[in-house]
Amino acid sequence: MTTLPARRPRRPGRMRTLWDASPLTYVALVIALALSVFPIYWMIVVATRTNDVVSDVPPPMIPGGHLGENVRRLFDNPDAYFAKGLVNSAIVSGCVTVATVFFGSLAGFAFAKLRFRGRNALLLTIIATMMVPVQMGLIPLFMIMVKLGWQNHLQAVIVPFLITGFGVFMMRQYADQAVPDELIEAARVDGCSTFGIYWHVVLPALRPAAGVLGLLTFMQTWNDFMWPLAVLNPDNPTVQLSINNLANAYFKDYTLMFAGTTVAVLPLLVVFVLFGRQIIGGIMEGAVKA
Amino acid sequence: MGAPAARPAPPDPKGSCHERPERAGGGRAVSLLSPAAERTAPAEPSAPSPGGAWRARLNRFDLKFSPYLLISPFFLIFLVFGAFPLVYTLWVALHDWGLSSGTRDWAGLGNFDYLVHDPDFWHAVVNTVGIFVLSTVPQLLLALGVAALLDRRMKASTFFRIGMVAPLVTSTAAVAIVFTQLFDRDFGLVNWLLGQLGAGAIDWQVSRGWSWAAISAMVDWRWTGYNALIFLAAMQAIPRDLYEAAAIDGASRIRQFWQITVPLLRPTIVFTVIISTIGGLQLFTEPVLFGVGSSNRMDGGSMHQFQTITMYMYDNAFGHDRYGYGAAIAWALFLLIIVFSLVNFLLIRRAGDAK
Repeated sequence: MTTLPARRPRRPGRMRTLWDASPLTYVALVIALALSVFPIYWMIVVATRTNDVVSDVPPPMIPGGHLGENVRRLFDNPDAYFAKGLVNSAIVSGCVTVATVFFGSLAGFAFAKLRFRGRNALLLTIIATMMVPVQMGLIPLFMIMVKLGWQNHLQAVIVPFLITGFGVFMMRQYADQAVPDELIEAARVDGCSTFGIYWHVVLPALRPAAGVLGLLTFMQTWNDFMWPLAVLNPDNPTVQLSINNLANAYFKDYTLMFAGTTVAVLPLLVVFVLFGRQIIGGIMEGAVKA
Repeated sequence: MGAPAARPAPPDPKGSCHERPERAGGGRAVSLLSPAAERTAPAEPSAPSPGGAWRARLNRFDLKFSPYLLISPFFLIFLVFGAFPLVYTLWVALHDWGLSSGTRDWAGLGNFDYLVHDPDFWHAVVNTVGIFVLSTVPQLLLALGVAALLDRRMKASTFFRIGMVAPLVTSTAAVAIVFTQLFDRDFGLVNWLLGQLGAGAIDWQVSRGWSWAAISAMVDWRWTGYNALIFLAAMQAIPRDLYEAAAIDGASRIRQFWQITVPLLRPTIVFTVIISTIGGLQLFTEPVLFGVGSSNRMDGGSMHQFQTITMYMYDNAFGHDRYGYGAAIAWALFLLIIVFSLVNFLLIRRAGDAK
């Protein structure tokens, strides 16, 4: 680094040279990017080829033309229950996402904008719940499901996750700064009930944060593995369990397994391509507030 | 948009502003207008006194209890499916409890006593901590580096950022399967690459250390970009004048990074370390799927070389009908997470103070 000459009047210009990315920065970033994307690319390459791929030297790096065939084998596979897994995952993730956004914004609004006794203590409780690992309750939760007769039913993987502490907290943080108090007062004077205010004033204002929360919740629910594994049977799986079924019995049939992972990841990739910017914004904004 | 026709009326007195049935439709339409329109929308006349009193009561009720109503879904779900199981785990841990056998005998602290002397448990603890260290340390260091790169003024920054978090939107199970193939002894790309470099093939699944490394690679790959974005957000909040001043003083970029960026990032680093600790010590999906081909995948390999605590808990409860012992392991895991989070927190604080 060269020593800079004494103070010159053109400060912005100098800052630019200081902060501009050097060619080396780009090189390093391109390498990082390649590492970051390669396994996904490799998954697609294998999913589009035949099983000869595994012994090919050097390994092929370009997608082949067998994707349709592999996907057909996937859906025909008697042990994977793949179609059922996809439908189940869509139902579960959809329900949990809608509920989390709805209940989270309700509670977040209350904590951010309404006055009531015990508000701070209750909010602290919610934050504390975010620290407790899921594994802690796994065994009793399973016992509850057995008692309720929900074992192997989808409600077992939906109902306990209808709302999370994270959802409430995130919506509270956003509502706090996104909804002006005057607006709420005005709506009250105007004759809105508390729920009316939520529906007509708060919810529209919360839409950006609700979108991010919805995306994160959907991805998380779609990916959930341990709890569905514990409470659902292999013949009524979520899509992750379908993959697991394949891994149990067909682990040498790479193209079949990779077709499975590709299809299972596809909805997430679509979501990501459409909303990548928002996801990044959500992560970074959350980080600043944390 | 049809705001209700203005009626000659005095402004609504405070305290009777609940939504009236006859104007529910109109009220909705008004509220969809911009805030300004909302405020200027004419107020409804207050109803005659008997109804007014009733409405005033309803309104007071609304003001007083609605907040609780709004937050009740969370607490309802949490009480039943969060808090109760948490406490109940302890109760279960005090029993020899089998669901299929129907056993339910009081064991006192027997399960915990067994736990302390159980070599398999401690073996799993060592595995978990080993994988945790291998996956967290490089991950956070890499993330810091990537964040520093992304913090530069550059072209296509959004493109790079999106690329970095792409791993996050894959599913854990899918990643585990892809990586397990990449680390396959005979046909894996990693061994092929090692061969090209002149190194011998590694039996990733069989060796304890190498299996940890392979599993850590999955975790690193998935979370580095996410942490990088968190660090980046914090870096962007650092005033640029600080760097300018340091540059004028002749500090190199590397020096600026260690003397300005890292110390100011400390709260964020604490946050990511604690989040990684909670996640890392609970590791489950990756090692379970890494064990493809073994008869019981909860074993974590034929020698239990990559069996984590959570796998051991799962195997005891759901595999061997020892729910009581499984619950005891869950408590041990919880304690371990608390201890590790505290130690990490103190270490980072100490490291910062030493500077």
